[in-house]
Amino acid sequence: MSDTLLSVKNLVVEFPTRRGILTAVDNVSFDLERGEVLGLVGESGAGKSITGSAVIGLIEPPGRIAAGTVHLAGQRIDNLPSEKMRRIRGDKIGMVFQDPLSSLNPLYSVAEQLVETILTHKGISKKQARDRAIELLDEVGIPAADLRIDDYPHQFSGGMRQRVVIALALCADPELIIADEPTTALDVSVQSQIVSVLKKMCSEHGASVILITHDIGVIAEVADRVAVLYSGRMAEIGPVRDVIKHPQHPYTKGLMGSIPTITQEGDRLTQIPGSMPRLTDRPPGCAFAPRCEMAMSACHHSHPSEENVGTARVACHLITKMGAVA
Amino acid sequence: MLAFIIKRFVQSLVVMLVVGLIAFVMFRFVGDPVDQMVGLETSIEDRERLREALGLNAPLPMQYWNFISSAAQGDFGTSYQFKRPVAVMLGDRLSATLELALVSAIFALCAGIPMGVFTALYKDSVLTKLFQAVSLVGISLPTFLIGILLIYVFSVQLQWLPSFGRGEVVDIAGWSTGLLTSSGLKALILPAITLGLFQMTLIMRLVRSEMMEILRSDFIKFARARGLTPRAVHFGHALKNTMIPVITITGLQLGSIIAFAIITETVFQWPGIGLMFLQAVQDVDVPIMAAYLLMIAFLFVFINLIVDILYVVVDPRIHIEKA
Repeated sequence: MSDTLLSVKNLVVEFPTRRGILTAVDNVSFDLERGEVLGLVGESGAGKSITGSAVIGLIEPPGRIAAGTVHLAGQRIDNLPSEKMRRIRGDKIGMVFQDPLSSLNPLYSVAEQLVETILTHKGISKKQARDRAIELLDEVGIPAADLRIDDYPHQFSGGMRQRVVIALALCADPELIIADEPTTALDVSVQSQIVSVLKKMCSEHGASVILITHDIGVIAEVADRVAVLYSGRMAEIGPVRDVIKHPQHPYTKGLMGSIPTITQEGDRLTQIPGSMPRLTDRPPGCAFAPRCEMAMSACHHSHPSEENVGTARVACHLITKMGAVA
Repeated sequence: MLAFIIKRFVQSLVVMLVVGLIAFVMFRFVGDPVDQMVGLETSIEDRERLREALGLNAPLPMQYWNFISSAAQGDFGTSYQFKRPVAVMLGDRLSATLELALVSAIFALCAGIPMGVFTALYKDSVLTKLFQAVSLVGISLPTFLIGILLIYVFSVQLQWLPSFGRGEVVDIAGWSTGLLTSSGLKALILPAITLGLFQMTLIMRLVRSEMMEILRSDFIKFARARGLTPRAVHFGHALKNTMIPVITITGLQLGSIIAFAIITETVFQWPGIGLMFLQAVQDVDVPIMAAYLLMIAFLFVFINLIVDILYVVVDPRIHIEKA
């Protein structure tokens, strides 16, 4: 094991509502090494984005981190005062959001937004910051960056704007980038470009990545490891190849079976019956049990603990049982 | 930018010509102007001579042209009641109204915007609840009642500020101003607050709701995620985005402040054009009414032109669309 950049332990994020407390993220743990790309997949509402927001300390009140810890490079960051946390954002952790059209302030030019961000974190002159900004735009593949830097966001296309967003997230050389569905809002034709720009930029700048997406294809392409979330809980986490080729958790199996492949022509795609339970009425046992074909009585009563299976870590009673038998 | 301004200018001109037509129709057809100007004992010949001198026998389009061209040169005819040129009478009083309107607009902006920002940022603060209570008063109490209440508290009970008039004024190049004397400034406070309170409330509520909306937007979240200071996020990124509606409303309201200063001017016996207009209505002094109409229309058109130009300055997207 090389050195660990980010360590999330037993993270619980709660949202108090009128109908009671909703646990959006329930006891999620994972580590991220330097230079590693971790994919975070799951359905809408599985807690992917909330996990990302929790790491960067941007959970919208009244939501809060109710338990667990987040360590970045050995420093605990989940309980920092807001001013200290602000200094970490952008400087140590960058974030890329889903919709590049609305991520940029329409009233400021790209140069103003980049220079402002660089100056917030680096003690350099305005001129140097501007040069650095042009350099970054060039790196993310914006043609004639020195001419286009003074343009406003609306003068760029969606794909170009997402490149600008990536440049903004990376402009203070953070060690960790959280990319929250960076391609979802883009045309299919530019999605893979953006993914490769993101991958290239992060590896060149030595940043680790948490890539939040529901596109397994993207994960397969760029991630080193993948974590599958279901209803706020970790279902399975492991190296991408293993998880995709040999999924252990029935939910991951269903998820992989629902991806069309060219060779499987004519076959119907498998689909998982039912839908993810709402956070208000999560079953008492394993959250996936009501939809699971292989559910046993234990699945309906108690939540499975996470067990190591080969290179992966899986939370499923079947695994626990097999482990006991073996 | 220049093409845009020229285009808006031509549009403004058309609006002014139409308003001029309305003013002209009123001037020409609300009673016979000659009857209004002469006494009962004037002979028919004298009346006819006056009619000819006033150009009332010319064809109607010609009369309209005469009316417009003289109005454009600042000649609005002679007041029936005071037998003085309307332009001079307006000039005497316009400064009073414009000063009052301007100061109350500045008050409304300088108090309304920070209050709006504060109430949007600190939703649960005690001060927010206080501001909202004040805004409720400002939006629901009629102007004259606010004026009377202010007079009661600050003039009658505390005796800090005068209850009527404009105080001492200083003449600078034909513009009489009360802004340079202490009694003039003191006299301005109560009417300006009275006139501006509603606008302040409006701006505060507008800024608050716009601000709360924008603080939820993606680019604010992204600005926070980049670690920008709260100050840069709130005032640089969020507040600037609330400015378009604020400019619109302020522009529209500035026109209304001037046009509807009448009530405040009446309560405080402020020697402005509103008070003069009110008297003109009572006396059926049509030239003053027509001139007032034209002038208010001009102010509205002028302010709207400024507002349109400000849009372009604040929001780069508008510039591109028009160009």
